[in-house]
Amino acid sequence: MSLSVLGIRHAQALLGSLGRLKRNPLATVLTLLVIGLALALPAALGLFVINAQSATGGFGRAIDMSVYLKSGVPLAKAQQLAAGARARPGIAQVTVIPADEGLKEFRQYSGFGAALDALQSNPLPHVLHVIPSANASSAADLQSLRRYFAAWPEVDIVQLDTEWVLRFNAILAVLRRLVLIAAVLLGAGVLAVVGNTIRLEILNRKAEIEVTKLVGGSNAFVRRPFLYTGLIYGVGGAVLAWAILETAVLVLDQPVTTLARLYGSQYALQGPSAQVLAVLFGGGMALGWLGAWISAHRHLRSIEPR
Amino acid sequence: MILFERVSKRYPNGREALTNVSFSIGSGEMVFLTGRSGAGKSTVLKLVALLERPTRGTVTVNGKSTSGLKARHIPAFRRHLGIVFQDHKLLADRPVFDNVALPLVVAGAPLKEIDKRVRAALDQVALLGKERMLPAELSVGEQQRVGIARAVVSKPPLIIADEPTGNLDPELSLEVMRLFRRFSDVGVTVLVATHDQHIVRELAKREIVLASGEIQGPSDGGSSDPLPHLVARR
Repeated sequence: MSLSVLGIRHAQALLGSLGRLKRNPLATVLTLLVIGLALALPAALGLFVINAQSATGGFGRAIDMSVYLKSGVPLAKAQQLAAGARARPGIAQVTVIPADEGLKEFRQYSGFGAALDALQSNPLPHVLHVIPSANASSAADLQSLRRYFAAWPEVDIVQLDTEWVLRFNAILAVLRRLVLIAAVLLGAGVLAVVGNTIRLEILNRKAEIEVTKLVGGSNAFVRRPFLYTGLIYGVGGAVLAWAILETAVLVLDQPVTTLARLYGSQYALQGPSAQVLAVLFGGGMALGWLGAWISAHRHLRSIEPR
Repeated sequence: MILFERVSKRYPNGREALTNVSFSIGSGEMVFLTGRSGAGKSTVLKLVALLERPTRGTVTVNGKSTSGLKARHIPAFRRHLGIVFQDHKLLADRPVFDNVALPLVVAGAPLKEIDKRVRAALDQVALLGKERMLPAELSVGEQQRVGIARAVVSKPPLIIADEPTGNLDPELSLEVMRLFRRFSDVGVTVLVATHDQHIVRELAKREIVLASGEIQGPSDGGSSDPLPHLVARR
């Protein structure tokens, strides 16, 4: 068979499938909606995890350590300690916050201005504000950094809040598994929906299939339009899922930005990346095609002209 | 063109439809296959079209033994065969044109050629101008002619017809049979199963008579209609 003949046949099958889907708009839309929702759910969950991940990447800079020096330590000593700490690997930045500045800041943000005026002297110590480098912000790295500072005789308290980082990472790991489970289950759902839709269409067109086989239609010829139908369902469902994702991102964008700002972050919600879309469309097409193929393989061979 | 050698066919339910049947039909010949209902006429046609396989013996069509033909080669085999059915098996939701075009579409013919050939086939059965009508909008005789147009559209060297006039009145039946004769006149081999003795007499072609799955030897064509009540008259 020549290539052009094959091309004509594929074009015919594709157009035929599109035409039939158009003739039953309600059924087609409902099927597409089911597939779209089934694809959108794991994709949305995945998108959430990706966002949470990059948001904490943003928080990675927010993971910091406050090293409170003992109250008698002079500022020059504090500067010297800071210089020493900067030389240590795993540290991105060390800022010295002198006691006076700390007090100024506290007065500005706490609202205790009047009470502070009553104080004779500045009760605050000098503080080193330490930001670990991004590649050294695991829980273990942070603990060793903490021990490093705590060992200095000039240091009073090292304050580090790693608990939430650990918990957050654990939650992300759970969510990642959930995405996987949802994707597998809903993918199976898409297979079933497409398979069943194709099965019904095959039964509806039993007479046509018989006649086609009688006049010399091969199994591949008879199967082709059904495979295209499955493929179209997959693509259509993916388009729908994409629209759902973009809408969700649009709706969530403003509150998420507000939330991020409250945490001192410039983070903005990310829509589906090209990679996410590739997985979405690839998955949708593969599932649609496979569902149709399984159904066609099972049901077409039972239809033989007699 | 068709060669049956000691062919027997037993269906899975145990019924022996054909027993030791041998005959041959030459290229360009037109032959009637007659006998009562259940005599095995349909089984002979099904063996030719490879809708069934013989239990014993060999069926050769167009110089090729069908017993060695693998299932995946059957579609290509059927494209060299025109089949006409009593119930014409037209697709009710497709216009006449699409129905007739089906064998060409299946074979992957270019659109231009499909258009040309479908019109030629419809012209041969005097239905040109009714391409866009649905089968239900046509008379029974016209529907059967659409079925014949579909069988000849790909210019097969062999046409088989199973009771093609079963639902037609005598006049229309004769008209349809004359159509088949015209195809045979231009070199197409035609095998028609019928129990309409009137037609067999009228066309004066060779007759193979089956009774209880066995060949009865050529009849003289002058015997009376064995089952007149089965011929639907309108």
